[in-house]
Amino acid sequence: MTESTRGNGFAIQTFSISREFGDLVAVNSIDLSIKEGELFSMLGPNGAGKTTVIKMLCCLLRPSSGTATIMGHDIQKDPIAVKKMIDISPQETAIAEHLNAWENLSLMGGIHGFEKEGVKKRSEELLELMGLTNRAKDQVRKYSGGMKRRLSIAMALVSDPQVLFLDEPTLGLDPQSRRSIWEHIAELKGKKTIVLTTHYLEEADALADRIAIIDEGKIVALGTPRELKDSITDMQVMVVKAKNLTSDAIEGLREIYPEVKEIEDGIEIKAKEVNFSAVVDYLRPKGVEIESTSQKQITLDDVFLQLTGKELRE
Amino acid sequence: MRFMELAKRNFKEMYRDPLSLGLAIGLPAGLLLVFQPLGKFGSTWHPTYLAPGIVIFGFAMLTFSSGMILAKDRESALLSRLLTAPLRANDFISAYSLPYIPVAIIQIVVVFGIGALLGLEIAGNAGLVFLVLFIMSIGYIGLGMILGAFFTEKQVPIVWIAVNLLTIFGGAWFPLEIMGGVIKSTMDALPFAHSLYAARDVMLGGVGFSDIAIDFYWVLGYTIVFFALGVFLFRRRMVE
Repeated sequence: MTESTRGNGFAIQTFSISREFGDLVAVNSIDLSIKEGELFSMLGPNGAGKTTVIKMLCCLLRPSSGTATIMGHDIQKDPIAVKKMIDISPQETAIAEHLNAWENLSLMGGIHGFEKEGVKKRSEELLELMGLTNRAKDQVRKYSGGMKRRLSIAMALVSDPQVLFLDEPTLGLDPQSRRSIWEHIAELKGKKTIVLTTHYLEEADALADRIAIIDEGKIVALGTPRELKDSITDMQVMVVKAKNLTSDAIEGLREIYPEVKEIEDGIEIKAKEVNFSAVVDYLRPKGVEIESTSQKQITLDDVFLQLTGKELRE
Repeated sequence: MRFMELAKRNFKEMYRDPLSLGLAIGLPAGLLLVFQPLGKFGSTWHPTYLAPGIVIFGFAMLTFSSGMILAKDRESALLSRLLTAPLRANDFISAYSLPYIPVAIIQIVVVFGIGALLGLEIAGNAGLVFLVLFIMSIGYIGLGMILGAFFTEKQVPIVWIAVNLLTIFGGAWFPLEIMGGVIKSTMDALPFAHSLYAARDVMLGGVGFSDIAIDFYWVLGYTIVFFALGVFLFRRRMVE
């Protein structure tokens, strides 16, 4: 049996895995099966339990109950075998500040047991991929935040892991750097099993094969981005762009449609059925100048809101 | 030998911080030069008596540096990342200790080299003196591993002051006999004074290994215990 078939087609399986910190249940009996080559995203707000799951899968945290396997190896019984299969780009930028990019990559390749020549070749490719070749010999403490993050991701790839954990890889980055990292992650799709945690909806929507929405340590929904959005197709979102929207008018609407959200230059009304003409007829006599009305596409944010009653970025 | 890659990184981290490296090597040598004129006040100020104490004071600085780098890394995301590599606790402790061994050797060579210029003499086997002090230096690095594995970056300097006091009261600066009572008994139970007894007995009395065997094994035993404890504490920190 080869290492890649030991997991019976599943790169990661969790079995009622839980973790408590005192009275706080950070992860509550999660069961997951992630296929080899899949890009699986865990989506949820801060404190939902995503990083705790990742830490348990990387053998950094002991589960309070339950367990998990990575490529067939139990995380508690055989952590060294698990660690040979995985690598992680942690949430915080994890680099050795006094080393240059070459040395950081060489360190990670070396501690995973790779030959010097192999690490050198792979480092060259990764530095090129991450756009760091020109600064590769500078100590990384002189890098910008975006460059450090790109290096941090490259360090997770140098050991050519079968399972890659990316914990909030674009957190705090500017949109341009974020997009560039998305492109790099997209290039890895299908080649490795990737677990991506994020609280950026666009990130999960654009990259993931499947998404688990996690809230308060539990999986509240699981499926492809399309499946998750389709699961709430019985909901309509009407966007009204208007001037002179008074609080009286908005409060009046809320008596009919409880979910009325104020947005820039207008409102968003969410309900199982929104009667567009009735809304327009209600607002006009109140002096509201309607510029446009439209139906908004359901987003993962809407899915999250419906499932948890919370905004994702709370 | 995967841990050697991490040891290399720690070595680079150390020599790219020239201030602490310079202090660890330069301060003991400087102290010997400063104390040299006091030689006329008695034999305990003579370089032959002072050199072992001063070099051990230098080793205590290695406890600080090695403990700090481990504690600092432990609190950073970098160590979390390193902990996901297939390395065991003893690999980590080896990787954080090894870079300090060459520094300890340089400390011994520099202090004894300067001492020789100032009139230091070794009546017995110089190799034996080196061996005892070298093992003690490893013990101090092992103590650094305990500090780094157990305490935070902010706590390490405070605990290190206690290590320094043990070094000072362990006979590094003045004869332990003048302390007497509980202090002497405590110091006799620890390894620091034994390394000085052994080194001074060989240097001043010209004795052989059999005469310092108890002191030697006392120091060696503690060095092994320090490392075993460092590995034990680090292992406990690897999985929370």
